Amino acid sequence: MKSITRQKSLEEVEHQLEGLERVYIIGCGTCATMTRTGGREEVLDMKERLQEMGKMVTGWTVIPTACDDMTEASLNENTGFIQSADCILVMSCALGVQKVGSYISKPVIPALDTLFIGVEDGPGYFHEVCDQCGHCVLGYTAGICPITACHKGLLNGPCGGTNNGKCEVDKEKDCAWTLIYQRLNEQGRLDLMRKYQPVKNSQIVLRPRVTIIS
Amino acid sequence: MAQSFKEALNSGKFVVTSEIGPPKGTNIENMRHHIDILKDKVDAINVTDHQSSVMRFPSIGGCLEIKEHGGEPILQMTCRDRNQLALQAELLLAYTRGIRNVLCLTGDAVPVGDHKEAKGVFELDSVQLLRAIRQMESGKDMGGNDLDGSVEFCAGAIVTPEANPIEPQLIKFEKKIEAGAEFIQTQAIYDLDNFAKFMDYARQYPVKILAGIVLLVSARMAKYMNENVPGIFVPQHLIDEMAEAPKGEALNKGIEIAGRMIAELKKYSICDGVHIMAIGREEVVPDILAAAGIDNHNK
Ligand code: SF4
Ligand code: SF4
Repeated sequence: MKSITRQKSLEEVEHQLEGLERVYIIGCGTCATMTRTGGREEVLDMKERLQEMGKMVTGWTVIPTACDDMTEASLNENTGFIQSADCILVMSCALGVQKVGSYISKPVIPALDTLFIGVEDGPGYFHEVCDQCGHCVLGYTAGICPITACHKGLLNGPCGGTNNGKCEVDKEKDCAWTLIYQRLNEQGRLDLMRKYQPVKNSQIVLRPRVTIIS
Repeated sequence: MAQSFKEALNSGKFVVTSEIGPPKGTNIENMRHHIDILKDKVDAINVTDHQSSVMRFPSIGGCLEIKEHGGEPILQMTCRDRNQLALQAELLLAYTRGIRNVLCLTGDAVPVGDHKEAKGVFELDSVQLLRAIRQMESGKDMGGNDLDGSVEFCAGAIVTPEANPIEPQLIKFEKKIEAGAEFIQTQAIYDLDNFAKFMDYARQYPVKILAGIVLLVSARMAKYMNENVPGIFVPQHLIDEMAEAPKGEALNKGIEIAGRMIAELKKYSICDGVHIMAIGREEVVPDILAAAGIDNHNK
């Protein structure tokens, strides 16, 4: 599982840094390294870009996994450089941004946009696999998620826009319901597709979503 | 207006419906004009619901206009723009204003339209919307709460007989009928042999089927649809026929072809009726009916 990110435009980064001259940069050694949006190389590149903007970079680090508890230790090691900065520019997904923000009172600024939770199918090709909908229906859909693989998140079969097995929104993308049909057919389980699927509960865990494991 | 759409469906006659698209803006003169042309010529008029995800005057507004002018409307309802509360509320409003027919659709994807950054809702799909209507008819809303005054609708849906692959479409078609669809308007059909085969299959279900007839206005349009519109297949001989029409005669040729298809569907009782989509040329629908030999449909 990976948190898939994309770098914000430099214009937006600059806009967020308005009035903040001294910047400390944090990258992430896991997802953002894999997606080449916030690894060591990208952090060093950002350092140069910021310097071109006239910013002062007080230091930088790449935390092994920005969203986990080791982040605190990592920040403690670099306290001096962080203290002398006006803000922290975080080049990780939003989980890392918020984790860093929970330890530091200075402004924490995201350099990336978090797009989706996905897996890498081939080099550089990531696709979304789950939207954390709270009630998994993969058991009825031959393991293909109709929430994320179908543009409209349909539960009872294809829309009228499907064409030659492709999706209405993009001729390059497979229609999820053609895939589900084919795989259920191979498994001899088409009765599952004939079964009515009720409307999804949109309030399974109320936002803000919290759960306590006892 | 003599008959309700439901009565027409159950009368055993060859049913004719057509459709209008509301305007983008508040100038409803043209829509009114189309209603005037159609209301006495067809059994019911569909009003599209932000077709192709292009923001327009609402379907229910068009339906109210039809009612005011003595016509029989079919409210097209997509699941693209409204959640459970909004869909049900609109059905309550429709019922109190005498709108008795609803066509349940999934709705086109948002990015194909003209508000490309808008949120697509799709909380329900067409099957779930059909079931919601049946539940409201029993006096309960989707939350299971009692309604103070329920609804009653003639509910329908669509099918694409030329879809490829067809099997997933047919499974959904069967689910729509199980969910209570009383009538089905099909996507445009042009190959009557193919359609007759579909009807051989569809006849086993207790549902009225109206074949979708989309008026061809040029050979180019036919080719465009073949390449770009899912589930539409115009055979080469019809494209040739359109291309061979003398200059300035293409529209008349399209009317002739549409009329010919309707006449054949009726003559051989292939289906229960037709749904004519003239897409912006609503004023020629009476000519199509005349070409089909259906002159005094509602007389
Ligand atoms: S149905 Fe799809 S979105 Fe929901 S939990 Fe399963 S994989 Fe995730
Ligand atoms: S074409 Fe297939 S994947 Fe695309 S929205 Fe329709 S059913 Fe979903």
